[in-house]
Amino acid sequence: MSTFVIAYYALLIGGSCLAAYFKKRELFLLIFSLTLVSFVMGIIGGVGALRFVTIAAGILALAAGTSYAFREFLIIIAPEGVAKELRTAPLTAAFGMFVIFTYAIAGIFAPVIAPFGEAEIISSAFAPADENMLLGADQLGRDMFSRIIYGARNSVGLALVATTLAFVMGAFAGLMAATKGGWFDQFMGRFADVIMSVPSLVFALLMLSIFGTNLIVIVIVVAVIYSPRVFRLTRAVAGNVVVMDYIEAAKLRGEGDWYLIRKEILPNSTAPLIAEFGLEFCFVFLLIAGLSFLGLGIQPPTADWGSMVRENATLISFGELTPLIPAAAIALLTVAVNFVVDWMLFRSSGLKEV
Amino acid sequence: MGDILQLVLKRLGLGLVTLLVVSILIFFAVELLPGDIAEAVLGQGATPETVAALRDKLGLDQPAILRYLQWLGGALTGDFGVSLVSGVSVGDAIGERFVNTLFLATYAAVIAVPISIILGVIVALLRNTLFDRVANVATLTSISSPEFFLGYILILYLAVKTQYFPAIASISPDMTFGELLHRTFLPALTLVLVVTAHMMRMTRAAIINLLASPYIEMARLKGVPPWKIIVKHALPNAWAPIINVVALNLAYLITGVVLVEVVFVYPGIGQLLVDAVAKRDFPIVQACCLIFAATFILLNLAADVGAILTNPRLRHPK
Repeated sequence: MSTFVIAYYALLIGGSCLAAYFKKRELFLLIFSLTLVSFVMGIIGGVGALRFVTIAAGILALAAGTSYAFREFLIIIAPEGVAKELRTAPLTAAFGMFVIFTYAIAGIFAPVIAPFGEAEIISSAFAPADENMLLGADQLGRDMFSRIIYGARNSVGLALVATTLAFVMGAFAGLMAATKGGWFDQFMGRFADVIMSVPSLVFALLMLSIFGTNLIVIVIVVAVIYSPRVFRLTRAVAGNVVVMDYIEAAKLRGEGDWYLIRKEILPNSTAPLIAEFGLEFCFVFLLIAGLSFLGLGIQPPTADWGSMVRENATLISFGELTPLIPAAAIALLTVAVNFVVDWMLFRSSGLKEV
Repeated sequence: MGDILQLVLKRLGLGLVTLLVVSILIFFAVELLPGDIAEAVLGQGATPETVAALRDKLGLDQPAILRYLQWLGGALTGDFGVSLVSGVSVGDAIGERFVNTLFLATYAAVIAVPISIILGVIVALLRNTLFDRVANVATLTSISSPEFFLGYILILYLAVKTQYFPAIASISPDMTFGELLHRTFLPALTLVLVVTAHMMRMTRAAIINLLASPYIEMARLKGVPPWKIIVKHALPNAWAPIINVVALNLAYLITGVVLVEVVFVYPGIGQLLVDAVAKRDFPIVQACCLIFAATFILLNLAADVGAILTNPRLRHPK
């Protein structure tokens, strides 16, 4: 029994006693079940498992603290109306916003933050980490850390462009279909059905095999694949708005379709559309990551998270964690966006559960 | 029963039409190539003679409609033409791999479906407790992670560091069934993690939706014990959404399987597709896409038909 183990159990048991004394039921359940789990884990995994639990709890606490501080910070600097909304944000949403903020900084200021260029070869292949290179070198001897930072710019940037295009296409078609109706509506609806009846990754692979893998093709193909989702949502939302009396009044005034869309329909359907943008971004981001992982996305030497995982995958068979960092970066951003979207959906559309 | 049959047949017909349109899409997408297939495959260095020879071999002088009908007719009998790169019959190249992929998907589904439905129901019953919130964050994380991330984590911890399972899922026909299950456990587990998360969330939403309905509250108020409410009152109505959830997620497995096969170097149809895309081997790409799309459409169809059969309300659309 090392002092670590004794301190570990003392802290847990003491914590659960305190929680029970102050009648914090949830907290007590959490800490005490952790204690019970630790007994089993301690016996099976030894001290290592307990250390793992401690580190995980520490990271969780750190994340919670950061998100709390970030939320307070946002509330203070935001104008009155926004601050009021922000106060309702759960910690997960604040965490999501913090992560998105961090990625944005990394992407925008990539050349300043990264110590080396993304294609700069500075040492031997798979060189271990030293004081120069935070995470070691990749399969060609380029600095892993710099490439991850540049990856934030390239991977996220590409996904953002594709999502925006998908969104503009889908939303425009949806709004037109809702205002015009008739055969245009029918045709677009069937067209969306066909695209959605092919699995997205398979569809993307088909298109990339035909048109080759350059950035413009990827953006357009991904946008086409995901625009039907936006189209359907926009059409449904706008369809509810179109039947309102004030639209009728505007039509009688003799306003054109474009005016109706811009001034009457769009302002009344933004909330669900913004949430959809977040969700859509997650799908697009994961699809593009999958494509680059398959070697069909952003082409080297441009740094990109998906292809970095594939290129350095051999390191995993030596028990190294570094190749997983880009993959984890993808997962973290997607989780973060999902957290924020969850909160926005909950707030805007009354998606309240019993 | 007559009206059910009619509804199901109608839905089947719609599925068939969708499949036909998708096959047209897959075939004519290749026609969009700048130039034609022969030029695209042989590249710029090809002499006019070789291009003409390949054109002749592929029958490109015939009109596209005729070639489409031939291709479709062949596809129905399992004949997808020959590979442009290796020259072997596409049907032969796909056959065995398709069985492998089906095996992997079934393996994952058999584990994932019961677990996720049971967990989904439990989470729905314990909604808004700490357990529910932890499950929410965990499933969200699992959904948000790319499949290759989960796959490599499993390789790192269960294959490289502890060596419980092999990191590469190479299989051969002479293996015993037990050995086969052991070899393909990690890819199957990766798929299970992703699909379970999806299914759990959807089952939870469906059950919670149901538990909010007035007749459940009535049962609760008249003092029916909780387990009886679930088994007798909620479950009969929950089958429709649950069947829907299962079929939709099996359809999701189809996409997931491509990436997972590449991570674990599993000899399945997804890996074949990715290789063919890199080599621009169009007959194989088209055949794989058609198979994936057909399975996807079929499972979506199954979801709808299942919903019609288990939910009497859908039989009488207003």
